[in-house]
Amino acid sequence: MNPWMTYLIWPLIKFSIAFIAVQALVAAMNWIERRLLGFFQARLGPNRVGPWGLGQIIADPIKFLLKEDFVPARAEKVAYYLGPILPLLPSFIVFCLIPFGPPPTFAVTNNINVGLLLIFALTSTAVYGIILGGWASNNKFSLMGGLRSAAQMVSYEVPLGLSIVGVLMLTQSLELEEIVRYQEMNSWNVFPQLVACFIFIVAMNAENNRTPFDLPEAESELVAGFHTEYSAMKFAFYMLGEYSLMIVNSCLAVTLFFGGWSLGMGGIGFTTEVMQKMGWVGGLIGTGIFVTKMMLFLFMYIWFRATFPRFRFDQLMDLGWKFLIPLALANIFVTGIVLLAFPSRLYGDTVIAVGEIMLTVIGMIVIALTLVLLFKPKRPKVINASRVSEA
Amino acid sequence: MSTLTRFSAIPYTGPAPTNRNPYVPADVATIDARGAEIAARAGVALEQETGLDLPAFIVAKEAIVPTLRALRDHTEFQFDLPLDLFGVDYPGREQRFDVVYQLYSVKNNERIRLKVRVGETESVPTSVDVYRAFDWFEREVFDMYGVRFEGHPNLRRILTHEMFQGHALRKDYDPAQRWLLSEQGVAKLKPKIDPRFEVEHSDFERVTLNLGPSHPAMHGTLRCAVTLEGETIVGADQEIGYLHRCFEKMSETHTYQQVIPFTDRLNYCSAVINNVGYCMTVEKLLGVAAPERAQHVRLMLSEFYRIADHIVCIGTNLVDLGALTNFWYLFQPREEIIALAESCSGARLLPTYLRIGGLAVDVPADFLSNSQRIVNMLPKYIDEVEALVMKNRIFRDRTEGVGAITKEDALNFGFTGPCLRAAGVPFDVRKASPYLGYETYDWDVPYAEGGDTYARFLVRFEEMRQSIRILQQAIDRGLPSGPVIVDNPYVALPPKEKVYNEMESLIYHFKLIMHGIQPPVGEAYFQVEGGNGEVGFYIVSDGTKNPYRVRVRPPCFPIFEAYGHMIMGQTIPDAIATLGSLNIIAGELDH
Repeated sequence: MNPWMTYLIWPLIKFSIAFIAVQALVAAMNWIERRLLGFFQARLGPNRVGPWGLGQIIADPIKFLLKEDFVPARAEKVAYYLGPILPLLPSFIVFCLIPFGPPPTFAVTNNINVGLLLIFALTSTAVYGIILGGWASNNKFSLMGGLRSAAQMVSYEVPLGLSIVGVLMLTQSLELEEIVRYQEMNSWNVFPQLVACFIFIVAMNAENNRTPFDLPEAESELVAGFHTEYSAMKFAFYMLGEYSLMIVNSCLAVTLFFGGWSLGMGGIGFTTEVMQKMGWVGGLIGTGIFVTKMMLFLFMYIWFRATFPRFRFDQLMDLGWKFLIPLALANIFVTGIVLLAFPSRLYGDTVIAVGEIMLTVIGMIVIALTLVLLFKPKRPKVINASRVSEA
Repeated sequence: MSTLTRFSAIPYTGPAPTNRNPYVPADVATIDARGAEIAARAGVALEQETGLDLPAFIVAKEAIVPTLRALRDHTEFQFDLPLDLFGVDYPGREQRFDVVYQLYSVKNNERIRLKVRVGETESVPTSVDVYRAFDWFEREVFDMYGVRFEGHPNLRRILTHEMFQGHALRKDYDPAQRWLLSEQGVAKLKPKIDPRFEVEHSDFERVTLNLGPSHPAMHGTLRCAVTLEGETIVGADQEIGYLHRCFEKMSETHTYQQVIPFTDRLNYCSAVINNVGYCMTVEKLLGVAAPERAQHVRLMLSEFYRIADHIVCIGTNLVDLGALTNFWYLFQPREEIIALAESCSGARLLPTYLRIGGLAVDVPADFLSNSQRIVNMLPKYIDEVEALVMKNRIFRDRTEGVGAITKEDALNFGFTGPCLRAAGVPFDVRKASPYLGYETYDWDVPYAEGGDTYARFLVRFEEMRQSIRILQQAIDRGLPSGPVIVDNPYVALPPKEKVYNEMESLIYHFKLIMHGIQPPVGEAYFQVEGGNGEVGFYIVSDGTKNPYRVRVRPPCFPIFEAYGHMIMGQTIPDAIATLGSLNIIAGELDH
């Protein structure tokens, strides 16, 4: 094939498709979130524009474009304009790296062997946009939101990064395709890495500033946090960045812990080989499976938002530094020891991965203990009912 | 600052009724005997004023501070809860102002009234050192009457604008004046740093942040300026009055019946309870009692609106904490409650359903069955929301120990209602001095220890359950038959058929519309348990169709006064969580 075609035109086409798909998904997410929140909160949600309110997906961007683009008089102009754009860029690039379907067709770039590292490097730059925006707005609420987000996102970057070390120890690869392949040949990483998966989900919620970790915006405390002074399309860019990162993180969770595009384990089931035999139809089905799993994660984001109250800042930091990071470190330690001490063994004709089974059991115990610890009442119920003496 | 328009109101110049005796409460002998007892044993000189509805005393202005201190610290009487401090203006008198103190003793369950008479140029020593609650109350009296309080730490206007001219509640103040006031020359709010956090030198700069008046968590129009070190609050100062609508002054230019819609708008989350409080105060002055059927409906609607009030408080507080779902979820039963009021009166949030002497119209035929339906559906919602939040670790961490106030401080700040009960004082007006027949129902006063936000949640959840208990009993008893308004042509309008067919009734109708209800000359105070504390009305009647003075005791007022004290040393999220749990209703706070 013409090298121009291979290295420029074809990736550009793929990138355009991914870009448009992400845009559409973000716009749709807005509607989905509002409808779902309506469902959770026993109300209707937007249902006026078009059938089931679907027109809202188009109406919202139009509204954002037509609103007054307001810039505070004493804002730091360059940083103020840069703020909303910065979180958007990495999320678009990251989309090119994620394998949506079985190879060779369904990733924008072909298999970078440090894919995971690159993704983490890129997504962690998103915080700059928020800090810049918060600082440049010349508003105390914005500044506090920006400072909070700086501390929060840097803190949660650590457990997020540590939680995937266990996965890497199992799969022995930073290549996302390789990680998915490993999972369909052995087991989804969520089982032997249950604790890591738990940490990853908590940390990715915090990374995205979603409830219960939405302290940088905390609408009841900081008005709107770092984007208090942003209006119209600049505000929409922040939302776009946030939702894109939500989708990226969901994709990562699916890829790292839930078997990516495949629906099989231990080499059995709807695996890459089966899909590749079916040609492009198999590829499409694989992508469909991936997107479905990703949507489940997006649903989980919204579910969390409808369920939990918000943390306080110091409690959030405590959770990150005093609980998640030690837990992630312990996870790495235990995974390493178990994998060394109990390698896979041959029982008759079958290979049984003793280490991974042990890890699964340990993970379940740890999660159960954590939940008990979390919900143990600290103080007895103190309500009394009594009569006032009738004097 | 300039006067925009100036036109004068047309006063009523018709004849004053002459056939009226002064108001004398029914059990005046016992009250006066108790008053004499207190005067004899208090250990300070008290000049008794007899014939009033509470043991009342006239105190010289020099003696007021020692008197208050003696009454507070008296081992037997223990008047530890400052209820109210307000002024009344009698321009004809030599010492034209009455500064009235009302105190309550939790131990003995009794109230007293102290009056200090001052002239226009005189000042009263401040009693802030005795009761911290009186800080704002004294500022209000200064704002409204121009009475100065010597030694007050911060004697500024509180409800009106800083540049406002004159004192609005003085009788010689023309209420038809219009002012255009600007912010020029108004000093910026500078929170006083708490002594605990005063440092001589710090490497960190402190930031003053205005929470409100337009801030998502400052329900309505509250404002609190806080000084922050990091996110820790080291100084706080609340400013109120953004929703001041001169309720008390307006009442003086309207007839007794016309005041009812204004009372709706005090605590607009539980409007019916305010109606009950106001109507029963006027009824007390008139010496009439609403018929049994009306009383039964009043009680049921009061309890329904108490539940609605708690629902709004819990829902919005949880929104402040980031738990959005409960708000909308709880609004379903609230919607049903409001629809019930709508079926009675035609209006929803502010039904204005009560009239002096009874109700505006009879309840619809399906009132009881609808009530039963709501009572059946309520526990499910309350239980589900309680299960969702009260055991949630995040919620517990956010609320336990946050915004705590001790029992002693709560009393000294004049707390009443759920906030006081959450601090461990089981004082509820419905138990302490029952009205509407609350004493005949089987229910309990919930209270909790700790006085923190979590305790306030506990108390409110349990109170809703107790209200449901009362409602279930009320439904089981059924509505008593009979009229819904007293059969007294001087109080209630005759029925329309009679007006069209009988000369007498037509005349009564005309007289009541034109000349209004004219209670006997005198003063009366009556209190009900509102959604967030004791709602009391103090009415002075001069025998004419307009009240001479209407004073409302807003429970939010002293509670919001303590807010700065409660959030000191905590963080902004704590301050927001605390504010929501106090249930400050700006309509009531600012009169």
